[in-house]
Amino acid sequence: MSEPTPVQIKEEKIYQTWGLSDSEYELISEKILGRLPNYTETGLYSVMWSEHCSYKNSKKVLRKLPNDSSRVLAGPGEDAGIIDIGDNQAVVFKAESHNHPSAVEPYQGAATGVGGIIRDIFSMGATPIALLDSLKFGPIDNDQTKHLVKEVVAGIGGYGNCIGIPTIGGEITFEKCYEKNPLVNAMCIGLLDNTQFKHGQASGNNNLIVYVGSTTGRDGIHGATFASDEFSNKKKKQRSAVQVGNPFIEKLLMDACVEIIQEHSDWILGVQDMGAAGLVSSTAEMASKAQSGLMLNLDNVPQRESGMSAYEMMLSESQERMVLCIKPEFEDDVLDFFEAYNLDAVIIGKVTSDKQYKIYHQNKLVVDIPIDSLTEDVPEYDHQGVKPARLENNNDQFVPEIKSFKESWMNILRSPSIASKSYLYETYDSQVKSNTVVRLVVMLELFALEEQKRLLSQPTIVILDMCMSIHISGVR
Amino acid sequence: MKFAVIVFPGSNCDMDLYYAIRDGIEQEADLVSYKEESLDGYDGILIPGGFSYGDYLRSGAIASHAPIIKEVIRLANEGKPVLGICNGFQILTEIGLLPGTLTNNRQNRFICKQVELVVENNKTIFTNKYNLNEKIMVPIAHGEGRYYCDEETLWELNENNQVVFRYSQDVNGSVEEIAGITNKQKNVLGMMPHPERAIESILGSDDGLKLFKSMLETQKNGVQI
Repeated sequence: MSEPTPVQIKEEKIYQTWGLSDSEYELISEKILGRLPNYTETGLYSVMWSEHCSYKNSKKVLRKLPNDSSRVLAGPGEDAGIIDIGDNQAVVFKAESHNHPSAVEPYQGAATGVGGIIRDIFSMGATPIALLDSLKFGPIDNDQTKHLVKEVVAGIGGYGNCIGIPTIGGEITFEKCYEKNPLVNAMCIGLLDNTQFKHGQASGNNNLIVYVGSTTGRDGIHGATFASDEFSNKKKKQRSAVQVGNPFIEKLLMDACVEIIQEHSDWILGVQDMGAAGLVSSTAEMASKAQSGLMLNLDNVPQRESGMSAYEMMLSESQERMVLCIKPEFEDDVLDFFEAYNLDAVIIGKVTSDKQYKIYHQNKLVVDIPIDSLTEDVPEYDHQGVKPARLENNNDQFVPEIKSFKESWMNILRSPSIASKSYLYETYDSQVKSNTVVRLVVMLELFALEEQKRLLSQPTIVILDMCMSIHISGVR
Repeated sequence: MKFAVIVFPGSNCDMDLYYAIRDGIEQEADLVSYKEESLDGYDGILIPGGFSYGDYLRSGAIASHAPIIKEVIRLANEGKPVLGICNGFQILTEIGLLPGTLTNNRQNRFICKQVELVVENNKTIFTNKYNLNEKIMVPIAHGEGRYYCDEETLWELNENNQVVFRYSQDVNGSVEEIAGITNKQKNVLGMMPHPERAIESILGSDDGLKLFKSMLETQKNGVQI
């Protein structure tokens, strides 16, 4: 099957099926490139300009959040946030939703949500110390919701237990608005020596780009576009956008990456996780941040399927893969280092100074675009808020009517969102690493820092991961 | 006393064990790779929990073919203490140092919680600091911890006092609530609960500490069995 030509992409508006609007396509072809983008290039723009990767619809709102403090060592724009906690230590943390994949394939959707968030933490050089999950489901009175709860919880446990990071808390609540469309938010906390923080950057002409981890397959192609799209009954066609996780490989990858950053930081310039929009997102962001260009040779990418096109390789969201930028004099050291961990590591490209993104596949130049256009030229949209009708019509304060305190109290305790869910929490290993002081309480988790002999007076990290579903759903 | 903590790809309780030795009983411990071919110089071998090789094929099955295993068997046959916890127990049954097998929990799901154990035999190098029938709190964290063996093996285990720990209640469907057993010579112990996670009361229990202290006591003063 041959790929559509640039003219076909334009005339048949194929770009629209990948989420690019007419005006965005015009901006790319007329202003940025001065020519029609080919199939692979159009694919790159469509994922990099998706809401999932670019925040084009939410940037303006997100900028209103405060992030300026002497304790903030890394804020928006990095894989995860870093807060200085004193004593030369910092806490690295991030939470991310994996809602759409979890609605389609709840076990793998939740598992890869956990896997992705862990990679965001260790790519900064931090040692992941704890996981939390905030889960929202529809009412637990039907088989579909029961299936989703069972599989999502099993996916989280299956991944976290195997990789050996304690799942110490979070929440599981039920609201009508999440029927068939659960929220699966995974959070990971890491601990870092202040001096060991690595930016995800690819800088310095002729420095090498190393690919480490699992092979690249056709799984998860256009996952980022999928996640940005309105959820609809199209989901049957979107099945290939779901990825499959392998916590064993991630454990090796995590141990190796933390060790190479902490012990051999002179070898490497940057580390980035291949998450949403895989190879394109990780490499373009690393180079763009460093004001560099990149040359990649896709023939070197380890592939698990034959006959993959450049488009498929660049957009694949196969799990458990990382990108490193290293100094060429340490090439052998780096490759030997990963081989000792039984991980595939190959040189797939190098940093250039022309700020272009050039990708070769089967000795042909298949992509040649300004690298910043993927990350910096995304249009930002300012959406006007509309006050929901229910707020216009219902200004009355909610006054609870209590006939019997005992009955109300029992009803509260009985409601699935409040009732004990230890049956589910017990399936998470909450103690591995032997640092958990209080675990899986409904609202509060205490976490002891690794110290030789702990006393209560020594530092503990208190982690709370909550999302008020009632306020968000607005239904009461 | 110098311990080797064997690390396989996918082991994830190796550091817990390392700290139990270093901080719990203030002894020396080395993390030793599965690739090593010698365990000379170690007084005790510890096989940690986790998911060696991702539990592919069957828990512990692939680890049982690692280069270090020959040495583990050699030291076990020499009478050195060998302790396998959780996945370590599974590996010890796979390599034949302990009888029986560990299979899916009766509930068919992973379970992580504190459980009460009964010390069934306190005349071993691992348990001499406990009282007989002492009740201790130690956490479990496993999906495949249901101990199973045939009738004849079970009779032998009981006859030779090889059952060292039992759950005081049925937690995973193990035959006769078996939580930990030794070999006939009683120098190899496999157990599903995690004593290395029970060495500080702030973390829930320090009842596991006596197990490591027992090994140290034996090394220092010998043990009357």
